[in-house]
Amino acid sequence: MEQQQQHRTAWERQLLIRDKNRPTVRDYIPRIFTDFYEMHGDRNFGDDGAIIGGIGRLNGLPVTILAQVKGRNLRENKASNFAMPHPEGYRKALRLAHQAEKFHRPIICLIDTPGAFCGVEAEERGQGEAIARNIAEFMMLKTPVISVVLGEAGSGGALALGVCDALAMLENALYSVISPRGAASILWKDASREQEACEVMQITAEDMVRFGVAEAIIPEPEAGAQGDIDKISANIKEYLAETITEKLQKDIDVLQKERYTKFRKIGVFEEN
Amino acid sequence: MALEELFKNVTKRFNDDAPEEHEPVFKCPRCQQTTPESKFQELNKVCPHCNYHARLTAAERMRLTVDSGSFVEYDAEMHSADPLQFPGYARKVESLQTMTGLKDAVITGECTIKGSRTVLIIMDSHFMMASMGSVVGEKITRAFETATEKGLPVVAFTASGGARMQEGIISLMQMAKTSAAVAKHNDAGLLYLTVMTDPTTGGVTASFASLGDIILAEPKVLIGFAGRRVIEGTIRQRLPDNFQLAEFLQEKGFVDMIVERRSMRSTLSHLLKLHGYDREQEAGGA
Repeated sequence: MEQQQQHRTAWERQLLIRDKNRPTVRDYIPRIFTDFYEMHGDRNFGDDGAIIGGIGRLNGLPVTILAQVKGRNLRENKASNFAMPHPEGYRKALRLAHQAEKFHRPIICLIDTPGAFCGVEAEERGQGEAIARNIAEFMMLKTPVISVVLGEAGSGGALALGVCDALAMLENALYSVISPRGAASILWKDASREQEACEVMQITAEDMVRFGVAEAIIPEPEAGAQGDIDKISANIKEYLAETITEKLQKDIDVLQKERYTKFRKIGVFEEN
Repeated sequence: MALEELFKNVTKRFNDDAPEEHEPVFKCPRCQQTTPESKFQELNKVCPHCNYHARLTAAERMRLTVDSGSFVEYDAEMHSADPLQFPGYARKVESLQTMTGLKDAVITGECTIKGSRTVLIIMDSHFMMASMGSVVGEKITRAFETATEKGLPVVAFTASGGARMQEGIISLMQMAKTSAAVAKHNDAGLLYLTVMTDPTTGGVTASFASLGDIILAEPKVLIGFAGRRVIEGTIRQRLPDNFQLAEFLQEKGFVDMIVERRSMRSTLSHLLKLHGYDREQEAGGA
């Protein structure tokens, strides 16, 4: 089974994660956590439906959950803005992250976004500042942070929930600095060459492990996560439980140092 | 008579046009008016019609900012290694290196500004629109780490089109790496001044550029997260002319001060001294 899936190209995976039957956090949260309570708002501007935040239990352990919300239909997508957060979404996430830190709860980030929203109001309210602040402050949090990329992880909008102690990719998930379409239109002035860009960009789960961006790949059923939602949820839960247990055993100082080092060492350059 | 008039006009027109044929002009992207290149240079590349502060090379910025002869560069030889073997990237970097005399889009080092020792970061948009790949990310991270070790402040002139697409996900991770180094510098109680110059956008806005203790910007420069055309495409209408200019950002609360180029050096010097950084030599904290 695993052998066969290794041969899915980045483009085939792109099509698989765009499928409207691909599970979303609304499928995963009830299957992975118990006693989930959602919290709303950034205490400053408003509440952003593109990011769900709340607390719940993972095998009995209280955790904070921050999750980007894709919709399955137009109504859901309107409410969650196609999982493209505004600044207040990132600020809500940061508020709840600090709350988690205060009560010594591990944080679980479920990433699934084409990117941060590009719009007038997002700019007016400081989209760049909101993402920057999350990145810098998540780096210094005194509690473990585990992130999982469920489908697509688009650029800074994903990284704002992606500064963590460990990152896992679902087997068919993609993590990219720019959408393949965007890359094609910049590179070749031709957005229709997105399939080609998809392969050139090196955005698969295996690529992420190779670059040191991800530590683990969570296997999907043969037909993809949509093939068996209970199974993929169980796989995610197993990964989270194991990883959190491991991270909770470490001193906070050690954990912070390792988190810094994880990102510090990414880069390829020459010096002569 | 008529013929004489005609010739007068022709002669006049010829004479008027003559200097322009010899001298290139700067056409301002903000107000569309032109200025003879020599005058534009004399004004340190500021548009005399609308006060747009145009892009400088890193060398020009350096000359206007640091005490003469005080700059010592860090990591001068660092260059890109093309991690994805991305089509055309290596060749593009090479030709830009020849054209600009730079190894990549940022210069980092240590200098004094009116006697105050500081770490200095200058991004140069002439090199691939100062996009942030491994070299830019690593040099900036090291600059902050060195400043933290030595107890020095950091002054960063930012300019960027965003992440360097040709280095894929590695370029995105430079946002995390640089922001982490800023967070540590911040934790050590040290001052970080950001000066946003034209254009500061994308992943650089969404990382270290927005994390300054004090954020300065030059007049009329472009600052934003998403590109203007991307947003126009999303909302399907034209944006107002001042959208994403420094003045707009200040009005929205994301820029502390807008500072003219001619007062930048003295403003930086005052801000450094106000935070106790008045020593020429490194000392154990300020």
